Amino acid sequence: MPTLVEARAHPAFREASKGREAPLLSVQDLHLHFVTSRGVVRAVEGISYEVHPGEMVAIVGESGCGKSVSALSIMRLLPKLTARIVSGKIMFNGRNLLDLSDSEMRSVRGKDISMIFQEPMTSLNPVLKIGFQLTEALYMHQQISKTAARERALELLKMVGIPDPERRLDQYPHQFSGGMRQRVMIAIGLACNPKLIIADEPTTALDVTIQAQILKLMKDLSRDLGIAMIVITHNLGIVARYADRVNVMYAAKMVEQADAESIFSTPRHPYTIGLLRSVPRLDRPREGKLATIEGLPPNLLSPPSGCRFADRCKAAIDTCRASDPQLRPMDEGQLVRCFRAEEIAERGPEAFGLAPPHGEARSAKTIDRSKPLLKLDRLETFFDVSSGFSLFGSEKSIVKAVNDVSLDIYQGETLGLVGESGCGKTTVGRTILQLEKATGGTIRYREKDLAQLSSDEMKKVRRDIQVIFQDPFSSLNPRMTIGQIIAEPMLVYKLQPNRKAARERVSDLLTTVGLYPYMADRYPHELSGGQRQRVGIARALALEPSFIVCDEPVSALDVSIQAQVINLLEELQERLGLTYLFIAHDLAVVRHISDRVAVMYLGRMMELADRDELYDNPLHPYTKALLDAVPVPDARLERERDHRILGGEVPSPLRPPQGCVFSTRCPLASKECRQEVPPLREIRPNHYAACIKL
Amino acid sequence: MTDTTTDTVPAVTYKVRKARHPILGFVLQQPLGAMGLLVIIIMMLCGLFAEVVAPYDPLQIDYMAILQAPSADHWMGTDDFGRDILSRVIYGARTALAVGFIASLAGCSIGAIIGMVSAYFGGWVDTIIQRLMDVLLSFPIIVLALAIVAILGKNVVGGIDINLIIAIGLPIIPKVARVIRSSALAIRELPYIDAARAAGFSHKRIVMRHILPNVTAPFLIMLTAYVAQAILLEASLSFLGLGVTEPTPAWGLMLSGSAAQYYQEAPWMIIFPGIAISLAVFAFNLFGDALRDWLDPKVRM
Repeated sequence: MPTLVEARAHPAFREASKGREAPLLSVQDLHLHFVTSRGVVRAVEGISYEVHPGEMVAIVGESGCGKSVSALSIMRLLPKLTARIVSGKIMFNGRNLLDLSDSEMRSVRGKDISMIFQEPMTSLNPVLKIGFQLTEALYMHQQISKTAARERALELLKMVGIPDPERRLDQYPHQFSGGMRQRVMIAIGLACNPKLIIADEPTTALDVTIQAQILKLMKDLSRDLGIAMIVITHNLGIVARYADRVNVMYAAKMVEQADAESIFSTPRHPYTIGLLRSVPRLDRPREGKLATIEGLPPNLLSPPSGCRFADRCKAAIDTCRASDPQLRPMDEGQLVRCFRAEEIAERGPEAFGLAPPHGEARSAKTIDRSKPLLKLDRLETFFDVSSGFSLFGSEKSIVKAVNDVSLDIYQGETLGLVGESGCGKTTVGRTILQLEKATGGTIRYREKDLAQLSSDEMKKVRRDIQVIFQDPFSSLNPRMTIGQIIAEPMLVYKLQPNRKAARERVSDLLTTVGLYPYMADRYPHELSGGQRQRVGIARALALEPSFIVCDEPVSALDVSIQAQVINLLEELQERLGLTYLFIAHDLAVVRHISDRVAVMYLGRMMELADRDELYDNPLHPYTKALLDAVPVPDARLERERDHRILGGEVPSPLRPPQGCVFSTRCPLASKECRQEVPPLREIRPNHYAACIKL
Repeated sequence: MTDTTTDTVPAVTYKVRKARHPILGFVLQQPLGAMGLLVIIIMMLCGLFAEVVAPYDPLQIDYMAILQAPSADHWMGTDDFGRDILSRVIYGARTALAVGFIASLAGCSIGAIIGMVSAYFGGWVDTIIQRLMDVLLSFPIIVLALAIVAILGKNVVGGIDINLIIAIGLPIIPKVARVIRSSALAIRELPYIDAARAAGFSHKRIVMRHILPNVTAPFLIMLTAYVAQAILLEASLSFLGLGVTEPTPAWGLMLSGSAAQYYQEAPWMIIFPGIAISLAVFAFNLFGDALRDWLDPKVRM
């Protein structure tokens, strides 16, 4: 077995790095520990990678695998008290960053290396003007006059594509949208012409259309200015188009390193294969069940002695559990940490059950379309956001969050509701749940108007309609145990005669959602994100509902966990005959789970059709743009694909455009579009769209 | 990297949590808080059984022993009437704890409920409650307390003036209501409150079961801080002749009365009541902090 040094001398590996100058950054055998009261967490164990000038390198892995801390250690931004870099080197431009003094390091940060964080909403200081925040780094690192700094700030804002930069410089962060803030963050990162930018989940908090814009911007900047980039992400899909090299991390160790093309076309490590297969893909036929990586990553306080992935790996053999595999080269120049990589290469991942053959998609359910379970008729939910007393004649500001939405949902089906953030999809769900008051139109549930129910009848309906929330971290009361959370609704509604019976039912429910009954005594913070989401599902099921509003139930989860939860939801639907309103922004997930799909934009319905019809023949230009923006986790396909990126952003709902609300961003828009709101029309059988150009 | 609780799923790695006696658990996990609790208990016992514990009658004037320094006979010395300071401190615990603790507990509890209700219902309920609180806040504490004592007069039950407790507790209400309201406003927006509303729970249940436990941290901090303030406010009122009056032994009164004239030749007159107040405040703070941590499932692990 060749050593790592030999591996880097391997012809195939040399081929991959041919024609490149010395690496700009080279992380060599980095070991990083966190000393905590519970013991030593080995957060990074012996990772090595290189970044060459002008290259985009991706580091991919689940949360908690050490990808972010390994990047923070480059910047030396780790918490001083607990973090220890035990060994290794971080060579940047011929200097070992770990040997620099604090003041030398400060001159590297922001000047040579800058960082972009995940959360654009909180990484800008809300009380400082954008212009000040942009020029701050310039003053720190360069002798620069005030006018020159302002000039540079203007140039930077133009570079990152912010319209009207003159005016924008004097605005505060809250006047920018999420996507615009991320552009400002990139502009700040670019301020001092860095050689390297580290982006930690730069697009995770953004919509697909904005995500596509930001990624393209980063790639263009890196190509035009020769800046190297490290992109840290949990989603392989988003790096397919732009990354040159991909490093996959699992449980503090590097498990696979290769150029982007080989990672996507010939993944060799079972974990990489799992990551790629657990994401539903728009370019492939729908699968019966999503492939999942079962279980959770190991606790880094006491990692298993053998291969860290062995417990979750379908191809694991005794050797895997007994000894730890080394990162070793394959013929194609990939580095893989797996004993069976050659076998997988030879026989294909299917032979090991790593990627089940594409199962038959579930045959279309027979759904009785005669009587809708839930009928929304011209639903309107407006919010009055005018400040102060309107007594003094101040202008009324009204946000039309849901405007004239009509929908039928039938027993046993899943209706997917998609759109960018701020399009009103969540408000539709909240209005159905009676968490917001409808200001117009009617909601009929089992043919009864919810607005006219007596409080007793309303209680019955509340039992029947339940909800699963997006954020598994804040949707469970931190002061209650899992058992109390699930039992509470049953006891309030007296579904169980006593606490003992309720406890038994809690055990049943926990088992139903794939957890263990003993978890009833734990508190939410003791569970992982995926487990908490399962608790949320169990709580919804406790009242034996027939209709569940799923409000982005998987968007806060890692891709491998996401697939588990989606499979669970589908299984429960089949078993219990549930009806779902599935609200999401991920079109691939929606296609996988839904029977019919509705697309919303700025409070209005744009398109409504059966799932296959909608994805095969999208009619509305907005739907088409959304579908275009979804990345496909395959480097070759992604680069060949015609990539039209929808420009601009969702306008403020306080001042929606005249006529068709999409007209400001629509490639087909003309004068007529701005005159009248287009009605939802049946353009093909059972396929409705709101556009006059069709 | 938000998710750090990466326990493995297989059952074997979980230990079954042993059910431990709650008081023993508190003592083991919060030794400092347990010390605070011990001090509070000792003070309470002293207050309750002052007749047994105190070596002298606190009211007995002894002109033979005026302004004596601490000695074997009078451990904490005597005051300008020759009364035994140790006995007065022990009897004083009764007033301090009764007035300070009850007033603070009542004021904070009412304030917390008003704050939670105000935040939870919002809208005009919130506006009316908050304007009422503004009115209460606009009076200086002393003036408000003076007004209440003046209007209600004295109403002594079991040696404790109920109206004095009201006078001291009332000014605490708006302050606590403000703080609790702001915490509750943040909690009201969290999805678990939505989940409770979607399940059709009653307002009372949501406020008491879902919001209340999540505002215990600020509540306990304020409760312990206001115990101290209440003891001091009681002393101020006594000084103005509206609270506990001479010759009843009270810590604040012992500090503010004639002690001011004699503190140079007889410093023990102010040192020991002062230590008693500080110790009580310190004990309540330690206990409050420990209780806050102990009630938080995240810290208790």
